[in-house]
Amino acid sequence: MSAVAIPGTTFRGKVTQARVIPSEWTKLRSVRSTRWSLLVATVLTIGFPILAASVISSHWGHQSPEERANFNPLDPALIGSQIAQLAIGILGVLVITAEYSTGMIRATFTAVPRRLPVLWAKATVFAVVTFVLMLPSVLIAFFASQSILSRHHANIAWSHPGVARAVIGAALYLTVIAVLSLGLGTIVRNTAGGIATFAAVFFVIPPLMNVLPASWNDAISPYLPSNAGRSIISITHDAHALAPWTGFALFCGYAAITLVVAAVLLVRRDT
Amino acid sequence: MIEARGLTKDYEDKRAVDDLSFDVHPGIVTGFLGPNGSGKSTTMRLILGLDRPTKGNVTVNGKHYRDHPAPLHEVGALLEARSVHTGRSARNHLLALAQTHGIPRGRVDELIDVVGLHDVAKKRAGKFSLGMGQRLGIATALLGDPQTVMLDEPVNGLDPEGIHWIRNLLKSLATEGRTVFVSSHLMSEMSLTADHLIVIGRGKLIADTSVADFVAGASKQLVHVRTPQEAALREILSGLGATLHTTDEGLLEVSGLTAEQIGEAAAAQKIVLHELTPHQASLEEAFMDLTRGELEFAAAGEEAA
Repeated sequence: MSAVAIPGTTFRGKVTQARVIPSEWTKLRSVRSTRWSLLVATVLTIGFPILAASVISSHWGHQSPEERANFNPLDPALIGSQIAQLAIGILGVLVITAEYSTGMIRATFTAVPRRLPVLWAKATVFAVVTFVLMLPSVLIAFFASQSILSRHHANIAWSHPGVARAVIGAALYLTVIAVLSLGLGTIVRNTAGGIATFAAVFFVIPPLMNVLPASWNDAISPYLPSNAGRSIISITHDAHALAPWTGFALFCGYAAITLVVAAVLLVRRDT
Repeated sequence: MIEARGLTKDYEDKRAVDDLSFDVHPGIVTGFLGPNGSGKSTTMRLILGLDRPTKGNVTVNGKHYRDHPAPLHEVGALLEARSVHTGRSARNHLLALAQTHGIPRGRVDELIDVVGLHDVAKKRAGKFSLGMGQRLGIATALLGDPQTVMLDEPVNGLDPEGIHWIRNLLKSLATEGRTVFVSSHLMSEMSLTADHLIVIGRGKLIADTSVADFVAGASKQLVHVRTPQEAALREILSGLGATLHTTDEGLLEVSGLTAEQIGEAAAAQKIVLHELTPHQASLEEAFMDLTRGELEFAAAGEEAA
């Protein structure tokens, strides 16, 4: 029999957290569906505000003085982030559940058998990518929409109190969504279940609160993850909402708890 | 070197691996043989720390797999179930795994060439044929130039050329002094590549032996006899202490006597023989004999349930 020559290598490297991060970056950028999801999130975050501002601007002449008085120019500017959160949340779930559904997780955990460096690296890479894409997107969305609204002097200035915090806060909110959805995906380990859980927390449970008696709703709603998180994005606060940074801190707390539960389960469970 | 001691794994109500103890030594190819569902893949997952044993212990090169600071340099594994993201190219798959250990890109390209995936390295792994998938798995296993190589059913789905390539690869790796542990449910495949055998059935160790001893010990001498006077011949041969079995084709299978002894006994009683053929049981038959008890038990258990 002819021998099969496998070239050897003298290289011997250890697994470190600093090495698992570029590995996870390679994984994220090398799958077509993640590139598409991120592109869609970016396009929607910028495109929807421009569209919304254009529509409002063209109808401005037909609006009543009351409607004009109630108009909040920040609403169209940040409407894209409302839609982008769905794309980011689904992608966050997929970053881990796709590894389970394809079996890639076995290769991943064979290379990094301690497992936790994988979770921290995924969270880091996906959070950084989300923030780096979403911060410019919300800034472009804000300035583009305000320049359209400025034709009717319906715009709001960057220097207006709370505006900078709300705009940058939208990018921060999406970044925390990235981490939270990764945690949910790690806990559920199944794409459909992970996305359903994410949708339930962010899109199903909050409107359900409206059927509760008003006093209950007011007591519970502000503490729901989505509402707590979004308090950083708003510049108009009703009496029951949490203060911007308080709400955001609570939202970060939810994400941290989710990630810790995910970490405990990741290490304990069989693959 | 792989050392398993009392390795046991329960899944809910089923015991997949039952008190397994064995050593896999460097420098030879060790075959891990058992029928489908006998616990081979589970044992390999336990070795890699993908699953935790219910009881017992298994170490690779002296440590639990999990405790190796650079596991890909210790053990290279090809698991039976596909372990590749279908949307990622072969090259990026290998690169992502290499990066966890800081293995340079050049090593990735080198292995892609060695396993013959150069032309499809940028294609999505989901579009790969079974054979290409196996080659990618082999490249993954060899990425870290590991001392121990563990392959689960590596020839499954390969064409004859691929099977030949795997056999040569296994021998080369063992000749280089590596520990080579290969599972299969086919005895014939193992007889061609393995030097040592670990045989399991229903999660239990059945045999831990060299291939030569296994062949000598397990294959019994059978004689096929055809006669129009079967009842009379049966009586005589039973009297001489033979074990008899009539096959579906009406052939009498005799064990415990040589062809000469049967022929002489028949001649003494004037019994006509139409056929008298010594028959060496094949390895496959020896393996089936060894695991039959386990399989029959399994079938009976399923009927009862």
